[in-house]
Amino acid sequence: MSEHTIHTPILQLTDVRKEYGSDGITTEVLHGISLTMEQGEFTALIGPSGSGKSTLLNIIGLLEQPTGGSLLMQGRETGTMPEEELTRLRGKSIGFVFQFHHLIPAFTALENVMLPLMLEEGRLTPEQRERAVWLLTRVGLADRVDFKPGKLSGGQQQRVAIARALAVNPPLVLADEPTGNLDTAAADGIFKLLYEINRESGTTFLIVTHDPRLAKRCSRVVELVDGRVVS
Amino acid sequence: MRIDWLLALRFLREGRAQTLFMLGGVVMGVGVIVFLISLITGLQRSIIAKTLGTQAHVVMRPPDDEARRIIKPSSTLAVSANIERRAQRLSSILQWQQVIRLLESRKEVTAVSPLVSGPSFAVRGNATKSVALMGVEPERYTAIVPMSSFMKEGAFRITANDAAIGIDLARDLGASLGDKIRLQTADGRSETITVAGIFDVGIRDLNRRWVFITLRSAQNLLDLVGGVSSIDVAIRDLFAAEVLSGRLAALTGLTAESWMKTNAQLMVGLRSQNASSYLIQFFVIVSVAFGIASVLVVSVIQKSREIGILRAMGCSRQRILRVFLLQGGIVGLAGSLLGCGVGAALVTFFARTAINPDGTQVFPVVLELHMFLLAAGVATITGILAAAAPAVRASKLDPVVAIRNV
Repeated sequence: MSEHTIHTPILQLTDVRKEYGSDGITTEVLHGISLTMEQGEFTALIGPSGSGKSTLLNIIGLLEQPTGGSLLMQGRETGTMPEEELTRLRGKSIGFVFQFHHLIPAFTALENVMLPLMLEEGRLTPEQRERAVWLLTRVGLADRVDFKPGKLSGGQQQRVAIARALAVNPPLVLADEPTGNLDTAAADGIFKLLYEINRESGTTFLIVTHDPRLAKRCSRVVELVDGRVVS
Repeated sequence: MRIDWLLALRFLREGRAQTLFMLGGVVMGVGVIVFLISLITGLQRSIIAKTLGTQAHVVMRPPDDEARRIIKPSSTLAVSANIERRAQRLSSILQWQQVIRLLESRKEVTAVSPLVSGPSFAVRGNATKSVALMGVEPERYTAIVPMSSFMKEGAFRITANDAAIGIDLARDLGASLGDKIRLQTADGRSETITVAGIFDVGIRDLNRRWVFITLRSAQNLLDLVGGVSSIDVAIRDLFAAEVLSGRLAALTGLTAESWMKTNAQLMVGLRSQNASSYLIQFFVIVSVAFGIASVLVVSVIQKSREIGILRAMGCSRQRILRVFLLQGGIVGLAGSLLGCGVGAALVTFFARTAINPDGTQVFPVVLELHMFLLAAGVATITGILAAAAPAVRASKLDPVVAIRNV
């Protein structure tokens, strides 16, 4: 495993295409995307609306299958994997931070963070609780562990979502406009947190953003226009 | 706790109103079923107990006398004959002591009692009443029909002198305990007995006709010395009577009639009651299932975002499926336990209000564990089956679509 992470890129897309539609009327959204990400990268994915950013992120997140090309996750071809295996790989290797945080309202902050761990192990253990508390402390919510999402501010909810994305310690975290609906101060705080985690643990980040200010602070910027990588 | 259970319980708790609707449906459904089964079982048991209180489960009799042809028709000889059925005379069962031993040796049989019965007149003073002589061995007969429990005056003590008569016959003859009555048959034989007991079996016709005397007295009066006219049999499993009677008939060469055949009308009644009860139960179960399914379908739509998040976090389709099946099962089980309580309370209340004129209950309340277990099992399975369609739907949700449609 360690050999893989050293010698193979964490993510390798080759000529990835995606078209939607049926009955002969199809629209191609991604026209042959080739992209390689190395372990520990902190990359921004930018581009105008409708450029295919979300579709690309869903494909990288193994939520959608491309209609052409190949996607290697830590050197493993994903195109031929059955649905079950994709789901397992997604649970183990990828953390998601969505724009609208998407916490489960019935669960407390702590339970939301424990959820990926419980799904991975199939049951609830004291170790999961410890790790979740540690993660929430790390994102600065030590005093909010038993709050339901409804009782937290937008920035706090997004911090919980980040803690949840890191729960199983995945090598890759995908963030879809993580600061999209936050005010500038909160957005800065979230961005700083992601950057710190990247430095500390070497987790690879791919962050979709509209904000050129934030993009400038990333180590790499990938720009998507009309379904093509332009830089 | 297993994550599947945790999620199922949380989803149920979160959709409180929906969960209560589903639970309410199951509680009412199971309540109605428990009430219905318990009521019908109670009524049927009391009817059967009343019917069988004065009857043997199986009665063995000698085969009918057949008219025999003197000339047998053959291929060359056609016989034109008008064959009349023979008048059946009172005849004895051949070697009845052996038949009794044979019957007693079978494990399905709990009691056997020989009986000599036939017509006679009871005479006291100016009153003459037509009666049915019942020649019995008292110990054996009380194992078939609990005469001791029917006694109003005196005791069921049958000896050469002592006899027991019904309360209505006693009134008709103006006889009371210790009085003498003359029994006289059509061919002139007669015997005098003393009334040692007066019974009330609850059926006026029997109270008016039955006169219990010893086997030997009846044999003398009916000119059936050493013989018996029928053998009463009590068996372990009431409802096996019909099948068993066929087997006993084949075994002994006698005719055997089960209480089910004797009371064919009653059996038809009981069977159609059962059939309508099953039908009602079936439709109650179906409507409860529809209720659960329709609520869960809505719940799947409402929770599609959560389902999408779970799927994105590596939750398998199978787990989503199980979580929703579990919700159906949990609702079914919890609802059925409450429903059993509701049904039991209902039937107890109903039984208390249904009182005979003499203050006894019309029917006993029958609440048996196996009935509750069955109700709980059926409701749980119904819940799981009802959840199947919504669960499949939930498991097939595309996470991308589910997350996008906030």
